[in-house]
Amino acid sequence: MHSNAEPEIQRKIKKQIIMKKDIILAGVGGQGILSIAAAIGLAAVESGLYLKQAEVHGMSQRGGDVQSHLRLSDKEIFSDLIPRGRADMIISVEPMESLRYLPMLSEDGWLITNTKPFINISNYPSLESIISEIESLPQKIYLDADEIAVRLKSPKSANMVVLGAASPYLDIDFEKLEYAIKLLFGRKGEEVVNANINSLKAGREYADKQISKAKEQTTDV
Amino acid sequence: MQKVLLLGDEAIAQGGIDAGMSGIFAYPGTPSTEITEYVISSREAKERGIKACWTANEKTAMEAALGMSYAGKRAMTCMKHVGLNVAADPFINSAITGANGGFIIVAADDPSMHSSQNEQDSRFFGKFAFIPILEPSNQQEAYDMVFYGFDFSEKYGIPVLIRITTRLAHSRAGVTRNESKQQNNIKQPANLRQFVLLPSIARKQYKDLLNKQKYFEEESENSPFNKYYEGEDKTKGIITTGIAYNYLMENFQDTKLPYPLLKISQYPVPVKMIKKLYDECDTIYVIEEGFPVVEELLRGILDNGKKISGRMDGGLPRDGELNPNSVARLLGMKAKDGREIPSVVTPRPPSLCIGCPHTDSVLALKEAISEYGKDRVFSDIGCYTLSALPPYEMINSCVDMGASITMAKGAYEAGIVPSVAVIGDSTFTHSGIAGLLDAVKDKSNITVFILDNETTAMTGGQPSAASGRLEDICKGIGVESEHIKIINPLKRNHEENVKIIKEELNYDGVSVIIPRRECIVTQSQKFREKSKSK
Repeated sequence: MHSNAEPEIQRKIKKQIIMKKDIILAGVGGQGILSIAAAIGLAAVESGLYLKQAEVHGMSQRGGDVQSHLRLSDKEIFSDLIPRGRADMIISVEPMESLRYLPMLSEDGWLITNTKPFINISNYPSLESIISEIESLPQKIYLDADEIAVRLKSPKSANMVVLGAASPYLDIDFEKLEYAIKLLFGRKGEEVVNANINSLKAGREYADKQISKAKEQTTDV
Repeated sequence: MQKVLLLGDEAIAQGGIDAGMSGIFAYPGTPSTEITEYVISSREAKERGIKACWTANEKTAMEAALGMSYAGKRAMTCMKHVGLNVAADPFINSAITGANGGFIIVAADDPSMHSSQNEQDSRFFGKFAFIPILEPSNQQEAYDMVFYGFDFSEKYGIPVLIRITTRLAHSRAGVTRNESKQQNNIKQPANLRQFVLLPSIARKQYKDLLNKQKYFEEESENSPFNKYYEGEDKTKGIITTGIAYNYLMENFQDTKLPYPLLKISQYPVPVKMIKKLYDECDTIYVIEEGFPVVEELLRGILDNGKKISGRMDGGLPRDGELNPNSVARLLGMKAKDGREIPSVVTPRPPSLCIGCPHTDSVLALKEAISEYGKDRVFSDIGCYTLSALPPYEMINSCVDMGASITMAKGAYEAGIVPSVAVIGDSTFTHSGIAGLLDAVKDKSNITVFILDNETTAMTGGQPSAASGRLEDICKGIGVESEHIKIINPLKRNHEENVKIIKEELNYDGVSVIIPRRECIVTQSQKFREKSKSK
């Protein structure tokens, strides 16, 4: 096979040297994308990585579309903005918003999104048309995070369900994410911490299932 | 020391706390708000007795900071770029008085107008005032420059401007802190005439300021923040200013930058360094976030030297924020375009929150004014500016803080009767009071809505200077008591509110209507905090 032309050892070294994740977080103002950013950020710092995270403050927060550029690397990071076409993943808490930043996503990047629409405009498109766009992408995981969060009796932690679903692709230890959530929500008491961790786990479980399903399908072929 | 994750704004605030700052004065304005907010909520700042004050506007903030500098202590004032317009008078004159205790002015510019009405570049203001400028390229530099800036300010007795842009202000990265410094003791200026700008004194001080410029230039040549990087390939020579450096380097992550590079983060511009680059390279590329300040200087009026490329020849877009891709294109490098946005994606503009009191105020005004037409409603800067958008489309102006009342007065003088102003409580105290006084003095037939949500909402709920005394202020400057009407903007009061508004529109004189109901966001925040503490 072609990829074997590169000796195993060299590939390993390369993998060690280059840890870089460029992530676009997307949603609507007030949906909690900054909590996702903060959780990944804390976990990244715990892992000794460099981090830059550009946020949106001010007017757009009032129910408008918001995004955050989150960059992790084991090398110094220069730009606060991710270059177009270079993001490794889009993590979105709203399905239409996940598509708004497609120009940022690299060809083989992952799109992970909640499918529960947030409708505060009169001309919101049909959910089917949005899902069919998401399905046309090569690498995606989409789930109704709100439904899962409600099932876990913590409806406000849908954002952590989405983070859990993204976690297999973050190259950050899952335990570090749990630790970050403890730090982040510790002030609000154990109940809130556990609710968020359960949501994180539920999202992860969903993603793991999708991944093994996809594997089965490829081996079937 | 361990790194802490800080926004660019927070890095400046922490820098102030650690560099012996005694006070910070500001009016909130995106993207500068988080500087003062950070100091206000910092335990360290409290323990050190650092004064952190929200002020009525940027001018009062600048003057208070100058007063603290007069007292020999280190002071900071921060504002958004258009706030510097408001504070321009004390800013320009503070260069003539000079500083006593270290004095730093932070101006946060907003290229691409994420939350602003223009994208002016504050470096022009610095140059205009003959004040040295520091322009950090990252969060660490932002932190370090506060130490450097205070020292510089005290060394030369000159205010120092730190210029940042939205992207740095609102982006987080690791910052290593320095050992903290003691605050200065009170020490009035040795020359008690220093701050007295009588013409005879001002003339002398202005000469001193002009004489200092050569030292400022020398400092720029030797600054740790201005760096010359040699390069083998001299077909191109690159100048970056501030965070433009990052967008350049982003394109040279995997390969070494082959061209000579001058990274500028301190002004006045380092002329010798620029000359070296100009002499040894064929084409000069100038990459600046904001206006082409350095590029314009380099081209001169005749622009008859070497080929220069940047924002002025279309190499980079003339307006808007830079990004790694636009810089790649300038240098003839390949930049990915990514996929297109699918057509199903619809714009989602910001809107008034559900339950916002402004919604009810605007809807009541809409109905009351229908017999005259809504073509006579002037407004201002705040959340209510969103009532320009559908479904309301109720306001016809948003220019600068306070302009609603004064423009309504001008329109009335032109013959538009009645004429209506819509302004928020915080914007009213910022710059509306003087305009209302004008209208009272001339008995103008205007109806002024002061939307009182008891906070500065757009920037995140800072206290509003007039909370609890709006009526008294209006009465005090001469608005007749019977034409100051407080209404409660709720759906169930709609009919009654419309009736009151109609009456005041009919009144031939100044009326003030104050729809009063707390901002839904701060109200629910308070509710959450209350239920938490229970």
